Amino acid sequence: MEDFIVGLLQATLRIGTPLIFATLGELFCERAGILNLGIEGTMFFGAFIGFTVAAKTGSLMLGLLAAVLAGIIFGLLMSLLTVYFGVNQHVSGLGITLLSTALAMFFFNLVFGANRVLPKIASFEQIKLFGDIPILGPIFTQYALTYIAILLIPICAWILYRTNFGLNIRSVGMNPEATDAAGINVYRLRTIALVIGGALMSVGGAFLSLAQLGSFTYGIVNGRGWVCIALIIFANWEPIKVFWGALLFGSVSALQLRLQTLGLNLPYELFLALPYIVTILALSLAGRNATYPTALLKPYKRE
Amino acid sequence: MFKYKLVRSPAPAWMRILIPIVAVLLSFLITSIFVLVAGANPLEAFYNFLIAPLSSQSSALEVLVKSTPIILTGIAVTFAFTAGYYNIGAEGQLYAGAIAAVWLGIKLPGLPSYAIIPLMIIGGFAAGMLWALIPALLKAYLKIDEVVTTLLMNSVIMYFVSFLLNDYWRNPQSGYPQSPDISEAAHFVRLMPKSRLHVGFIMALVVVVIVYILIKRTPLGLQMRASGANAAGARFAGLKVSRTMLISALVSGGIAGLAGMGEVAGIHYHLIEALSSSYGYTGIIVATLGGLHPLGVLVAGLFIGLISTGSQTVSFALGVPVYLGDIVQSTLLLVILAMLLLQNYRIERR
Amino acid sequence: MYAIEMVGINKTFGSLKASNDVHFCLEQGEIHALLGENGAGKTTLMRILYGLYRPDSGDIIVDGQKAQILSPKDAINAGIGMVTQHFTLVPTLTVAENIVLGHTHSHTISKKDIEEKVKAASEKYGIHVEPSTLVKHLSVGERQRVEILKALYRNAKVLIMDEPTAVLVPQEVDVLFESLLRLVKNGLSVIFISHKLNEVMAVCDRITVLRDGHVTGTVKKVDTTQKDLARMMVGRDTANMVHQTGRQTGAPIYEVKDIHVMGNHGLEALKGVSLTINKGEILGIAGVSGNGQSELTKVLTGLLTPTSGSVTLEGQDLTHAAPSEITKAGVGRTPEDRHEGMVGDLTVAENLALEDLDKFTHNGFLDNKAIHKNAEMMIKDYQIKASPNDRLRNLSGGNMQKVVMARALSRNPKVVIASQPTRGLDVGATEYIRKKLVEERDRGAAVMLLSEDLDEIMALSDRIAVIYEGCIKGILSASEATTEKLGLLMAGAC
Repeated sequence: MEDFIVGLLQATLRIGTPLIFATLGELFCERAGILNLGIEGTMFFGAFIGFTVAAKTGSLMLGLLAAVLAGIIFGLLMSLLTVYFGVNQHVSGLGITLLSTALAMFFFNLVFGANRVLPKIASFEQIKLFGDIPILGPIFTQYALTYIAILLIPICAWILYRTNFGLNIRSVGMNPEATDAAGINVYRLRTIALVIGGALMSVGGAFLSLAQLGSFTYGIVNGRGWVCIALIIFANWEPIKVFWGALLFGSVSALQLRLQTLGLNLPYELFLALPYIVTILALSLAGRNATYPTALLKPYKRE
Repeated sequence: MFKYKLVRSPAPAWMRILIPIVAVLLSFLITSIFVLVAGANPLEAFYNFLIAPLSSQSSALEVLVKSTPIILTGIAVTFAFTAGYYNIGAEGQLYAGAIAAVWLGIKLPGLPSYAIIPLMIIGGFAAGMLWALIPALLKAYLKIDEVVTTLLMNSVIMYFVSFLLNDYWRNPQSGYPQSPDISEAAHFVRLMPKSRLHVGFIMALVVVVIVYILIKRTPLGLQMRASGANAAGARFAGLKVSRTMLISALVSGGIAGLAGMGEVAGIHYHLIEALSSSYGYTGIIVATLGGLHPLGVLVAGLFIGLISTGSQTVSFALGVPVYLGDIVQSTLLLVILAMLLLQNYRIERR
Repeated sequence: MYAIEMVGINKTFGSLKASNDVHFCLEQGEIHALLGENGAGKTTLMRILYGLYRPDSGDIIVDGQKAQILSPKDAINAGIGMVTQHFTLVPTLTVAENIVLGHTHSHTISKKDIEEKVKAASEKYGIHVEPSTLVKHLSVGERQRVEILKALYRNAKVLIMDEPTAVLVPQEVDVLFESLLRLVKNGLSVIFISHKLNEVMAVCDRITVLRDGHVTGTVKKVDTTQKDLARMMVGRDTANMVHQTGRQTGAPIYEVKDIHVMGNHGLEALKGVSLTINKGEILGIAGVSGNGQSELTKVLTGLLTPTSGSVTLEGQDLTHAAPSEITKAGVGRTPEDRHEGMVGDLTVAENLALEDLDKFTHNGFLDNKAIHKNAEMMIKDYQIKASPNDRLRNLSGGNMQKVVMARALSRNPKVVIASQPTRGLDVGATEYIRKKLVEERDRGAAVMLLSEDLDEIMALSDRIAVIYEGCIKGILSASEATTEKLGLLMAGAC
């Protein structure tokens, strides 16, 4: 039993990592007033570019860097459309997801050919934070990126509530006119939020290929981006709560793998679908009392 | 700075027509980069995208085949967006319709065509509606954002499809993840010899006309347009906005279900995981390109169908990854979005 | 040397020339009024000064130096601050956070630190605020104080105040004027935008009058009278507003009994409102905005369900009725905000038919001919400057309001709920709408007029009820109502 729980917790943290990165990224965007549906595609492209650069250069860090750059570029593109042009955010975001997905598949096909044999890379290694002590040892045998993700939670909370930048972000998502009147450049502020968001989302995707899987497939993200959108509502746009949401999804995902081995006579696809179903349920319960950033989805224009 | 400036007022007619054309040119210009990276000639590529498919009868008909499901999903999305309901779940609703069509086609082999086909149409529509129900109810009663819920429903149904194909419906002969075939009677008739063009295309056209009439000529259509444009104003005038949105969400799901049913009855005759090449999401592109107007959606659907057909040729002839077509489509979407804004401006001398 | 000089300012929006070769000078240490009617161009001019708009041509000179003001940041750096009617505060942040927004001089902020800074500023300028309160819990007068302190915190030497008294009770106005006079003695210069003659004469040193985007005169207060100013504002001698003298009204027909309803922040917005309106009378509801008028309007128009109480029309219970039922029962409703109450993207004809779609439906299809004809008729009756197929959003405010009125009044309702009917309209449109309301009363309808414009209430009402913090504080007849009495009731005094 103890092994089961320890194993579960270990898997939960690992599975929750990309969600934490991507959801925090989306958090910055939405707190600033932009719904960024480009998250799914950005994660996918991040996974692709991280893997490809790592495979071609032999350096995992370069792969990670490439993912960050890619995320920044997509963030800038989203900013151009929604902040400067004021285009409908739903469709822009979906457009970026479609574009980044198409670009990733195109280039992957181009670089590695259409053969079925997937190139392999030596993925990141896990780090034992607590050595081999019982319980904590195995739970905290994680990739460096996982520890970074966990640290990012309080860091983002600190940024949001204890810095000038965070104050400006909170303000612009609630009342862009007030923020403008206070002399802050609304357009630049939102662009920065989108750039940070894009970078984080992309890193979340890169984690999947560079650490968790050590490879790349077209199904590697598989709708996790959309789960992040739900998690934000569930977390009421607060960084600390994002952690719990990611753990919830991660634990259900981890659980379904283990439930399968229990020999229950249920189709394994049901277990795979379980996390998504649970997310919909969680959303139904939490969504009603959500306090949306008031300016979400409304573009800001000065005459 | 510039000699000209943009003034906010409705654009003159010539600009409105010019915008889509310029958007197409601009998109192709941008995507030329990728063609060059892949080592091919951009002009050849675009010839293959736009002209080559129309150069022979069989490939021109194939364009219509490819357009069929995306015209339907485009209309489905348009119907929902008009009422202010962002149905991003057309992909999942499409599969729901396909599942229902396959189920009926397998379970009732004895029925003649004139009985089974209408049944499949109704079943496909109903299944699409059903799959749209949960997000629609959550939005109507709990105000939960439908974008997230419809997207999650897409993920869930793909697992269900996988289950059906690997377990319940696994084809006993081939062992491939593919369902048994539907009965012969359940096939959509092919409209022309030596081509895959099937009755589904006619069905799509009929749906376009019906939706056009619904939106422009019925009280429901006006209620939808009011709710989508300004829900508060519609509510003040006494309209039941939640109910209108619910109806539009369900009908939208049903139409997307028809798209899935059409692919089953017209092309594949069984269920496979790759039944849809993101038709549900392409539908959003088509709806946007078509300006949320049913007839515009028809034209946009045909155009995207053209590009889809072309992308296969491009891939084949020039050795470029077939995903170039997807790049072109999504670039076109983003360019058009940016340019649609210009519709609200006029260029004036300073 | 002037504190501010605006020279040759021109600004056009579409086809509207909002500023036409405007010259404006502000002396150091003066309170200078910018006077004009709604739409005269006062707010536009000041938004240009504050960097929210860019002029098409013209210069701004601050302290003798030509200044490039391209954004509020530039204006703030030049020592210009602005307090607007729509408060630029973020409700979910504290007072302190709002005041230091964009002006923290450091990357990190600590709650204690900024609250101390704000407290210090509050004492320095004599403007009392509570730094740790969330803005959404503040009253309107308190929010205005936060706005003023915000500007002063940024070392504003020039303070622009845009219609500051529109949201204040007469007694709060006195407090504001006192603060301004004190601040001016200590070196501040103030530009005071208003359309209220008596206030301008009370507190300002000089007055610049705008009409239709151009300056009609700049005078010293001591050299002018209210009548002169009014003429400069309107271009003709205005007739004095006539009070309604005692008229015979009919039987009571519309009864609102003990309505309770919840507001936005979990507090009750209406705490037992009771009113009766008779046939052939106008009952004015006076009160500073934010005391329950919006909620009352929403309850009576069917957009909000009361938690208790009743609304009856000739005995018919409309308490929980939907908007469509209320309309069918014979109530003509106007929305408080015409942009929220109409659908701008639809045409004039469609908006006019929207309340009554059953009438225009034939065999399941819309009868577009009938809709068009209906619109033509109403356009003629209400002198609306538009054609049936124009998009509603392209109409001017006045014409849009006429469409609102046409839809509400076209069925000869028994009761009319007129909510802020002339807000934001120019003189001509305002006169027309008021005329229509009086016509309805003369026809025998029971009219409820909710307006923030006390002059309007006093001019049109037979009886006046004052609403304060969700209660009716008193109902006065037209003959006994004076500004002082109403002001006291509006401030909550008994």
